[in-house]
Amino acid sequence: MSDFTMNADHPGLAMDRGVQGVLGAGLDRSEGALKVSGTARYGYEHLVEGEVAYGYLITAPAAKGKVTGIDTDAARALPDVLDIIVDDPRIPRQAAAFGPAHAGNDEIDHWDQVVGVAVATSFEAARAAAKAVRVHVAIEPGHFDTMADIDKASGPPKDSRLQDIAKGDIDAAMAQAAVTIDQVYTTPNHVHAAMEPHASVAIWEGDSLTLHSSLQILKVARPVLAKALGIADDKVRILSPYIGGGFGGKMLGPDAVLAAIAAQKLGRPVKIAMARRQLFHNVYRRTDTNQRIRLAATEDGKLLAVGHDSVVSQGPDGGFMEPVALGSISLYDAPVRHFSHKVVTLDMVMAGAVRAPGEAVGTLALETAMDEMAEALGRDPIDFRKLNEPKVDPMTGAPFSTRGLVACLDRGAEAFGWAKRSAQPGQVREGEWLIGMGVSAAVRINLLVDSEARVTLSPDGRARIETDMTDIGTGSYTILAQIAGEALGLPMERIDVILGDTDLPPGAGSGGSFGAASAGSSVALACEDIVATLAERMGAKAQDMTLKDGHAVAGNRRVPLAELVGDAPLVAMGKISQGSNARTFSQAAHGAQFAEVAVNAVTGEARVRRMLGVFEAGRILNAKLARSQAIGGMIWGIGYALMEEAVLDQRHGQFVNQDLGEYHVPSHADVPPLDVLFLEEIDTHANPIGVKGLGELSISGAGAAVTNAIYNACGVRVRDFPLTLDKILAGLPEM
Amino acid sequence: MKTFTYSRAESPEAAVAAGGRFIAGGTNLLDLMKLQIETPEKLVDISRLDLARVERRGDGGLTIGALVPNSDLAADPQVIADYPVLSRALLAGASGQLRNKATTGGNLLQRTRCPYFYDTAMACNKRDPGAGCSAMDGFNRNLAVLGTSAECIATNPSDMAVALRALDATIVTLTSDGDKRRIAIGDFYRLPGDTPHIETVLRPGELITHVELPAPPAGAQGYRKVRDRASYAFALVSVAGVVAVADGKIVSAALAFGGLAPMPWRDAAVEAALVGQVPNDAVFAAAADALLAGAKGHGANDFKIPLARRTLIATLRTLTGAVA
Repeated sequence: MSDFTMNADHPGLAMDRGVQGVLGAGLDRSEGALKVSGTARYGYEHLVEGEVAYGYLITAPAAKGKVTGIDTDAARALPDVLDIIVDDPRIPRQAAAFGPAHAGNDEIDHWDQVVGVAVATSFEAARAAAKAVRVHVAIEPGHFDTMADIDKASGPPKDSRLQDIAKGDIDAAMAQAAVTIDQVYTTPNHVHAAMEPHASVAIWEGDSLTLHSSLQILKVARPVLAKALGIADDKVRILSPYIGGGFGGKMLGPDAVLAAIAAQKLGRPVKIAMARRQLFHNVYRRTDTNQRIRLAATEDGKLLAVGHDSVVSQGPDGGFMEPVALGSISLYDAPVRHFSHKVVTLDMVMAGAVRAPGEAVGTLALETAMDEMAEALGRDPIDFRKLNEPKVDPMTGAPFSTRGLVACLDRGAEAFGWAKRSAQPGQVREGEWLIGMGVSAAVRINLLVDSEARVTLSPDGRARIETDMTDIGTGSYTILAQIAGEALGLPMERIDVILGDTDLPPGAGSGGSFGAASAGSSVALACEDIVATLAERMGAKAQDMTLKDGHAVAGNRRVPLAELVGDAPLVAMGKISQGSNARTFSQAAHGAQFAEVAVNAVTGEARVRRMLGVFEAGRILNAKLARSQAIGGMIWGIGYALMEEAVLDQRHGQFVNQDLGEYHVPSHADVPPLDVLFLEEIDTHANPIGVKGLGELSISGAGAAVTNAIYNACGVRVRDFPLTLDKILAGLPEM
Repeated sequence: MKTFTYSRAESPEAAVAAGGRFIAGGTNLLDLMKLQIETPEKLVDISRLDLARVERRGDGGLTIGALVPNSDLAADPQVIADYPVLSRALLAGASGQLRNKATTGGNLLQRTRCPYFYDTAMACNKRDPGAGCSAMDGFNRNLAVLGTSAECIATNPSDMAVALRALDATIVTLTSDGDKRRIAIGDFYRLPGDTPHIETVLRPGELITHVELPAPPAGAQGYRKVRDRASYAFALVSVAGVVAVADGKIVSAALAFGGLAPMPWRDAAVEAALVGQVPNDAVFAAAADALLAGAKGHGANDFKIPLARRTLIATLRTLTGAVA
């Protein structure tokens, strides 16, 4: 076992000495051909031995109340129906955190709550049966308006990663400063909107459950599922080799629990896919936010105070708090600082992680306010940010592990042609279109989580990587092979990567942009042991041995790895654990986002014309996959800025736009050419392989760059996201 | 989805004789069946009937088969050359995949996208007559400001039908008795009144077989659609226009509107305000006044009234060549 805890920098990896030339290369994703040809088998598509039955979730059309009866007779009488299960005490009430405290279907605490499952021999029959079940609810008045209940708000939960923190007296700073900005920005509820719905196939053999599903972090999902079912963790095996989008939402859904309950009761495999409309109310949402930003500055542009105080909402059982100010805390230098959160409990589905919790919505507010302050000061927005660049973490005084914000701003300004921007809004016009440019900083805190992997070098000279790490579409299969290939001197085609199976060593899973750094480090560490053994067998020091193309070279000898391995495979475990470097250093990835947007002077329609993201996210493991991920994040940012909103009906507590026709995310036509530049800097303080999280970084700031460009284009400042055309139109002059 | 029987019709006559619900592309009907908003007991598949051709008639007009896919109609050289407003409207609708599947006849009959119509937990007079309207005081951002009733404020979602209204299309049908009927598009749709569940004058079992366009109109044609994203979004406001200018004056104008009303909207007063006038912003504003005199917002859709005004003025500037 090569076990390393990040209490200090790693002294150096075989990977770093590698000459195979695969690390960092823009290789195609290894499972790409399977995906585009439809042969990658996702959870729901898993074919099982014997007859599979289909489940469809039964939900209650009320947001708050008590169930007075569930009438299943009509449903049971329909053709092909096997069972209607509404009386199992393990039926989960909320969208996560399952277990006895969160089970039962007598109380309704959010709209469309799951109360059971209809099971039939076909999907269509199960759906019809679920529809035929009558759920009678004594409806009680619900609370759905965050700001209406602000008086009942609580502070951050005790286990929240973010507590209220402050330095100095912000009220005094605001009262005394020459220039201040004090504005409220609001963002709506968001849902994950993954193409693949939550879906599971449950198969029991005796008292052991196998679940084929679509889940991001298996070592978290397994104990939650076991607890929900009342069985031991080791009786559950989960397989999740492919994920059709997760975005924080695929931790464990009611599909998994109810498929297991139904399969157990019926004694046959059961598969359940949640319907699109059910996903809106039975997977946790991203909370709405109400964000007050306060900035105080001297006349010459030095920030004196930064305040970011938010109100968010949560469901009855939720423990999570959207850490809105997460990225704001260490972004700019200012002696006075104030960051707080209030949480209002609503009768809604719980709030949880959705695509860059914290920074995604936090930067919309902070970076719009920074644009407003730059204008109030009469300064260029980039110069203003550079003027307030901290030398050490302005909250803790800790050194930054790396800090690339200024370099990203400068490089981006040059590449984007920022110098051509008119400081005065509304000056550039092409026919009906007003053209503007905007900039935003991007920031995402960097995380490392415990992760294990096993690497086996076989007598045939092939390497096999095994971990329950998942590939959420970002390229885990490919980058883990690249790391091992570089360390062991193997071409990609001689490396097999097996992921997404709880029988394998527990990996990081995908989430929080920590997957590549954590799982990648565990693979690199496992390779250390193998390289050490190979060196021993070569009679050389590891540092003096070169591994390339399946051969070891030391002194004047070149020996095939297969020969060095001999008859018994070399098996090594690698384990990375988080350590004190997370506190010794202030760790975050940074970037700069640039957007050019056209606003129609007649209609208020805003269309992004081009964007550039410049990112410093540590080592880039695969140039092509990193670029793909960054582009994806920037597209989500366009959506946050212009269109994405789960519209809440305050009368009943349901989301109104419950399908992807009406829940708008950017279509292809909304996405212009996007450019991405990486300023690579290997962050050895962050983890052994020097990688930092990228996916969520590329979301951060992208929306604010767009909305700042809208202001620059037409002079209309909208602080209520998303910036749909009606809000812009309200600020445009009469025709 | 409830259980239904399925049969494939061999001819239009057989289709109407079969006495079921017709299905062709199914791009809207299947969604509605999955949600049990539509629960036909019998589906008659007309998709293989010989109604997928676009043909020039002797009078110079076009006869469009009811099964011509939206994509094909948009790409038809005769449509592009002589009825560009129709081609543009078609391409502004839905997504590429949907346009490939959706047919001319089906497009005319697509149902509203009012979110409460699609949510069977909500009251909807169109889905369940007499139940009430959840949209009136709810999220009505996409809903109508013209032609509404106390029972319903749903909009017709079609782009194609807006262009057809401006082009004075005629809808040709086969009734369940086997008779041929010709219906001017202006007479085809019904306002909701107190029967919002009845959307057209089609009788039970009546099949749309063709859409006829008159000979190409004189003047400039255009379709402008304002929406929340650049593709795959229904119109907040759309304008289909055919406007001819001669000797510095507007000699003819046909303007139809989408996103504003329960049907593709056309108002003779708008055209009367334009014909005979020198094209300029004051005249266009008068046309907008005529269009919106009776407009009524319901809160979230109030913005459609100024948006329609601005969009109409800008469209008229483009079609007449008038400078702002």
